[in-house]
Amino acid sequence: MATVTLSNVGKTYAGGVDAVRGVDVEIKDGEFVVLVGPSGCGKSTMLRMVAGLEDVTRGEVRIGDRVVNTLDPADRDIAMVFQNYALYPHMSVRDNMAYGLKNRRTPKDEITRRVDEAARMLELAPYLDRKPRALSGGQRQRVAMGRAIVRQPSAFLFDEPLSNLDAKLRVSMRGEIRRLQKRLATTSLYVTHDQLEAMTLADRLIVLRDGAVEQVGAPLEVYRRPASAFVAAFIGSPAMTLLDARVSDGQALVGDHVVAPAAVPAGEVTLGLRPEDLRITRDGPLPMRVDYIEELGAQRIVHGFVDGQKIAVTETGAESLPADLRLSVDPGALHLFDVKTGRRLPQTVTRPEAVPA
Amino acid sequence: MQQVKPLDHLVLILGALFMALPVIVALMSSTHAAIEIHSNGLYLTPGGDGVETYNKVLTARGGFTGDVTGLLMLGNSMIMGIGFAVGKIVLSMTAAYALVYFRFRFATLIFWAIFTTLLLPLEVRIMPSYQVMSTLGLLNSYTGLIVPLLASATGTFFFRQFFKSVPDELLEAARIDGAGPWKFFVDVLVPLSRTMMAAIFIIMFIYGWNQYLWPLIMTTDESFYTLMRGIKSILQVWVGSQIPDYNEAFALAVLAMIPPIIVVVVFQRMFIKGLTESDK
Ligand SMILES: Nc1ncnc2c1ncn2[C@@H]1O[C@H](COP(=O)(O)OP(=O)(O)O)[C@@H](O)[C@H]1O
Ligand SMILES: [Mg+2]
Repeated sequence: MATVTLSNVGKTYAGGVDAVRGVDVEIKDGEFVVLVGPSGCGKSTMLRMVAGLEDVTRGEVRIGDRVVNTLDPADRDIAMVFQNYALYPHMSVRDNMAYGLKNRRTPKDEITRRVDEAARMLELAPYLDRKPRALSGGQRQRVAMGRAIVRQPSAFLFDEPLSNLDAKLRVSMRGEIRRLQKRLATTSLYVTHDQLEAMTLADRLIVLRDGAVEQVGAPLEVYRRPASAFVAAFIGSPAMTLLDARVSDGQALVGDHVVAPAAVPAGEVTLGLRPEDLRITRDGPLPMRVDYIEELGAQRIVHGFVDGQKIAVTETGAESLPADLRLSVDPGALHLFDVKTGRRLPQTVTRPEAVPA
Repeated sequence: MQQVKPLDHLVLILGALFMALPVIVALMSSTHAAIEIHSNGLYLTPGGDGVETYNKVLTARGGFTGDVTGLLMLGNSMIMGIGFAVGKIVLSMTAAYALVYFRFRFATLIFWAIFTTLLLPLEVRIMPSYQVMSTLGLLNSYTGLIVPLLASATGTFFFRQFFKSVPDELLEAARIDGAGPWKFFVDVLVPLSRTMMAAIFIIMFIYGWNQYLWPLIMTTDESFYTLMRGIKSILQVWVGSQIPDYNEAFALAVLAMIPPIIVVVVFQRMFIKGLTESDK
């Protein structure tokens, strides 16, 4: 158990690719931090630098109170779970879990005790003598987690461990990982491109974009107050609608339609509206032309256009909708971003903390 | 369902006969006396001298020194076959391991250089090889017979391709598990390569077993005679009215076939098991 600290960490690959740029992160003891971002943004690179599988070009990586920049992966006291499981195909489940301990000269009975305990925790006991190929994808990934657990490391590193599993299994494994991490209270750094996975697992999220940190915060904080248009569009499903808008006389307008009051300086802005914050009302200020509807069962997503720009609304009704609707929105649900930098514009009006009913 | 087609079977039967007939002829002829073969030609039916011939071939002392028995030759061929197979596997695996997993400059260049030189057949480099062995004083020794031919382009190439197909994450997992380069090789790569090793073993054993030219040049001492040389020397006694011991040559040839067959059968089973077991 330990903190993991990255100070101004950067990575330039041999080809000159700047995969990670100036990252400052501190993961507290026992915290579950999820690195999330689109594919190719440098998540794996960052994780692998912590693991010691990739050289650190700039900056400093600390685990506990040791600078580990030049330490071998084996000496960093971390354990890693890979997307493709990376189990040793010729070893039984038991040997797979025990291998790291054997190499560390752990006494035999201690190895047996730890492997049995991990197997019980992960419900792998009946499979201990099987080879990985005789296991399902979910079981294989549990073995990979078992291999990490038995080592009792100071930190777990996960690189998209659920991406090879089918959707249903992914949900149940997600819960399992979360429960396990809480129980063991081991500092964890988890990489995923799936924002839902990130939201549900994380104590804290780190949103990465092109190798730089875009926002750090608790999942709900990031969801409610995305620091940039990029984060706004990335976190949340269905994605937040981003509209070209402008502010004049303290009102946000899309085209000629006044949306709601906005307490930012006048001028062009990017207006973000979460589909779940919009309501279909008879006399709403925003006219919407319906394009198509996605039925999800519990709710439906209405896609359409406002002033020629794409917009999405979620609602729970079941009756058929007319082709033209009107939308209304709370002033507090407006997200305003700078057109050029994409950064969030601070609003002077205090925003009510109401969650849409 | 596949329909049984008579024509296909005919072709298969003819093919099988075509392959098997020479072996049958050799086996049958070896059970006749030399003089019968000389006057009547080859046989397709068993004769009455089988036991005697095989006994003689295996145990009778021959050669100039009178020390060479069939068993000795069999033993020598065995040493050649196994020495080649094991040596080549060890050498080409370690070479491929270095080429794939260690980043050193010009690795690719070196690989292709080795590869192209080794592609030249033995006959091309046999004189320099002989010269080297002679200078080292290794003529008439098993070391001299085996070591110079151990470097194998084929083996290195196959293992290199195989190692390249092993996922990188396996190496990374092993590194995190505290396995150094040697442990990774022994604990992970070697067990994973079993199929490959079985395949190479078959090929290389037969290559070593069938060596003729190199032992012929490297050894003058008759105690290093191999079966291949034995067969040849039986047929070379054509002096005056003496006729070669055809039956003995055939018997030796039949004997010479048995170990490779055993190797193929045993290792093929491993080979196929390995193929069906691997999952990726
Ligand atoms: N070994 C490498 N050599 C050169 N460039 C690489 C290497 N690995 C990754 N990259 C590049 O670095 C960037 C980040 O990659 P990665 O960390 O794998 O992204 P992610 O895991 O977020 O999808 C990508 O542009 C990728 O092409
Ligand atoms: Mg990745």
